[in-house]
Amino acid sequence: MRKIIKLQDLDCANCAAKIESAIAKLDGVIDVKVNFMGQKMTLEASDEEFDDVLTQAQKAARKIESDLVFLG
Amino acid sequence: MMSKKEKRLLRRILVAGGFFAILLPIHHLEMARGLPGLELLLFLIPYAIIGWDILWKAARNISRGQVFDENFLMSIATIGAFFLGEYAEGVAVMLFYQVGELFQSYAVSKSRRSIADLMDIRPDYANVMGEGVLVQVDPEEVAVGDTIVVKPGERIPLDGVITEGYSTLDTSALTGESAPRDVEVGQDVISGCINQTGVLTIEVRKEFGQSTVAKVLELVENASDKKSRSENFITRFARYYTPAVVYAAIALSVIPPLVTGQPFFLWVERALTFLVISCPCALVISVPLSFFGGIGGASKCGVLVKGSNYLELLAGTATVVFDKTGTLTKGNFVVSEIHPQGISQEQLLELAAYTEHFSSHPIAASIQTAYGKAVDTERIKEIEEIAGHGIRAIIDDREVLAGNAKLMRLKGISCSDDTPAGTVVYLAVDGAYGGYILISDEIKADAPNAIQALKKIGIRQTVMLTGDADAVGQKVAFRLKLDKVYTELLPAGKVERLEELMAEKSEKKTLVFVGDGINDAPVLARADIGIAMGGLGSDAAIEAADIVIMTDEPSKIATVIQISKKTLGIVWQNIIFALAVKAAVLILGALGHANMWGAVFADVGVSVIAILNAIRALNVNAFLPAKQNR
Repeated sequence: MRKIIKLQDLDCANCAAKIESAIAKLDGVIDVKVNFMGQKMTLEASDEEFDDVLTQAQKAARKIESDLVFLG
Repeated sequence: MMSKKEKRLLRRILVAGGFFAILLPIHHLEMARGLPGLELLLFLIPYAIIGWDILWKAARNISRGQVFDENFLMSIATIGAFFLGEYAEGVAVMLFYQVGELFQSYAVSKSRRSIADLMDIRPDYANVMGEGVLVQVDPEEVAVGDTIVVKPGERIPLDGVITEGYSTLDTSALTGESAPRDVEVGQDVISGCINQTGVLTIEVRKEFGQSTVAKVLELVENASDKKSRSENFITRFARYYTPAVVYAAIALSVIPPLVTGQPFFLWVERALTFLVISCPCALVISVPLSFFGGIGGASKCGVLVKGSNYLELLAGTATVVFDKTGTLTKGNFVVSEIHPQGISQEQLLELAAYTEHFSSHPIAASIQTAYGKAVDTERIKEIEEIAGHGIRAIIDDREVLAGNAKLMRLKGISCSDDTPAGTVVYLAVDGAYGGYILISDEIKADAPNAIQALKKIGIRQTVMLTGDADAVGQKVAFRLKLDKVYTELLPAGKVERLEELMAEKSEKKTLVFVGDGINDAPVLARADIGIAMGGLGSDAAIEAADIVIMTDEPSKIATVIQISKKTLGIVWQNIIFALAVKAAVLILGALGHANMWGAVFADVGVSVIAILNAIRALNVNAFLPAKQNR
């Protein structure tokens, strides 16, 4: 399943890159792309694991940019 | 036009800056020397105002395991400065750093807003006609087959066909063309265009999600997903740069004192200078920002680029390969030449038009169009259609034959021998050869300019591939001054030729194929970059290609190549400039010729310049056609 998640308060392009590589290393992530200019993330993971992976991704992202909000 | 967060930061900068400006003379006049703690306390005020969130974020991130974070490094640098008694320096560093952050944030928001405004083609509502009453609804709720009404001044919300009314449309938001288009009943119209003069009743053909507007918006929004090679390079570079500079700073504060016996604090101060420029943030931002601007600028010109990587590759184009029909030519039948024999041109055309009057063949239609005048059917006595050959008719009591070479041979009439480039209608009157009419595929008015423009910007090879007869292909190639042409190709042959051309070119250069998308999918896929034309209404084009030209003007190819070169130029200007300045500051810092706030000033200055430069990519006024008047 591939989902586009809008991001809020993604202020630093460097952080966007760090977040992308951090999430890419998580278990269950098939593909991830963080689009800094468009303020969104495209996440691909298997259907069953998706919600779990999304939670892990959010945690990993918050470690780098603590103000980051995942919208829908 | 700042966000709340940005305004708050600006206020803090101004307040802290104000304090700092007042305290600075005190510092210089050494007024507080008598009370050592006082100076420190006074400077801590602006420091706290401007730097509290950085210190807080640094502490919080460390607790989560994130160490090499710019907040931490800035905190260490400024705290270090305070420890060394350099209070003013500590505050200045924090102040400039925050100014840089504010500027970056503002520039990025502004760019995003510019693109959003550019892409403000999204219609807010549709007027649906239901049982004689007009209801305003969300365009997403309109179904295929519904009837909508678009009044003058409104934006067309959905793709459909006009059932009533005629008007002119402003298509500039999609095509970059300022000249309005006339539309009337029976014509297809596209969402996103602004209706100018008359009320239009439209039958909806596509739901909103499938409409041109929705697709264009999606394309431009997602274009930044595909990262260019430059962006990947900078991202990887940044990953190594920051730790490298930090380790160098540590080494610099420890090794030289041990080796030379000089005091620690001398070298620690220099090492702090390193920390201050250890974040390549502005560089990392300026690259995607430039491409974002370039893509936005291209869409203003009516060209959709599907990814930053394509824009980057396009800048290195050396060869452009064209499909013929539909790309360089209109793909229609038009009378192009009239060669009479023994009678006048007007007579030849007139007799042909009369003979073909009752035929519905496209060739007949083109002759009728060329003739243009009303036909007096009284003059036509007999019509006999000879399948596969042509038509025999009695016009003004004369026997006229109009058809192909086979017809001439059948009736024993010898016609001219040259193999013309196109479809030929031979004419004979009362057994005597009367000449021929040449019908060919019209070259687009824009095509000669397109090729000339490409050559002007340095494209070394222009090639055409076509399935048409050799005579036709050669003629078009000659007229357009193309470098190479391959004719009589079957679809598989086109792919083969493209493979050959790909093999011939150098690795680093890009080969572009331009087609109209309908049957060029394999060739579009094989080329480095596939450009499809006629995006207005062609789904096949939008799907298959990497870049879509919304009109059918081949001259836009040169435009988008120029935009890509400008964008890539900006990207590399920034990279080289920023790295050069950083290297200079590092060297000067290590040698003791740069102090901390000099370093931060240079760094922030470079960031500001890089970002302003990046925004330049959005400016495509040089590439837009001059305003056309009707």
